[in-house]
Amino acid sequence: MAVVTYVPRFLPLFFLANRSLPVIVRRWLGYVPSAVLAAMLFPSLLIREKQLLLSYENLYLMAAIPTFLIAWKSKSLFGAVVTGMVLVAGARIILGL
Amino acid sequence: MKINSRISPGISEGLKVAFPIIIGYIPIGIAFGVLSRKVGISVFNTVMMSLIVFAGSSQLIAVGMFLAGASAVSVIVTAFIVNLRHFLMTAALSPFLKSWRKLELAAFAFEVTDESFGVHAAMFSSGNYQKESAFTVNIAAQISWLAGTWIGIVASQMISDIERLALDYALPAMFIGLLVVATNDRTKVVVALIAGFLSVLFFQVHLDQWNVVFATLIGASSGILLEKWIKK
Repeated sequence: MAVVTYVPRFLPLFFLANRSLPVIVRRWLGYVPSAVLAAMLFPSLLIREKQLLLSYENLYLMAAIPTFLIAWKSKSLFGAVVTGMVLVAGARIILGL
Repeated sequence: MKINSRISPGISEGLKVAFPIIIGYIPIGIAFGVLSRKVGISVFNTVMMSLIVFAGSSQLIAVGMFLAGASAVSVIVTAFIVNLRHFLMTAALSPFLKSWRKLELAAFAFEVTDESFGVHAAMFSSGNYQKESAFTVNIAAQISWLAGTWIGIVASQMISDIERLALDYALPAMFIGLLVVATNDRTKVVVALIAGFLSVLFFQVHLDQWNVVFATLIGASSGILLEKWIKK
């Protein structure tokens, strides 16, 4: 398990870090952070207990909206995390969700 | 956040940006420690997984598969598929690491995770991000993961408090922040939306372990196509 999880992390750095890649490849790699972060984030917000849950009952999704706005306006990672956690904790404690 | 001024600026910068990872990893590490012990994996093997595998989702999936009676081979194959996304992540970081030595790359790669990748990608592209900070982020992340694992092993009853404190939302909230920072032009917004919704769709059609990799490949490629289309 250590090998199969290490190889994907190491090989690209080993082979790519010291060479200059074609412009098109670099542009493609420039899109990877947005694509991969969204590909991991969206399912974590929209899918609860293995089911697509598009409703106000989905606390993860509801808290994501103000968290996104704060992140967008403040560009602060810390601000986003605090907003999200305070909202989720507040909803659970006050509303008993 | 105030950090002791005797610590070098590179390290304190690293600790600052690693903070959301630290508060997110401890509870997930606890969850892993608790589950791993409940499934009957030894204390030694549980700690070793967090030490030498250090891949949160793969570790949790492995524990679930052990419980379901899966073979060692199928656990390893699944872990590999789940971690294929790291090929794309470290490839995306590679242009920023041109001046690094091979040994530094090897040490750095060992501790790259989804979350530390997000922080590295955002910080490297903002410029002014030192090697020392990058290593600090990685090391702080793994220490908090190990600390969480250890707490989980010794105190399984703490699990009930995690939900109340919303510690389970630390990482989703951080991903929202990281995505916003990484997505700094219109094409990238479209790329993120395509990849995000495709990932949900692929999950729904039971491509479970492959959804992130496929969605990322298609999303990033659509960015290139969009560029060409806009230029015309």
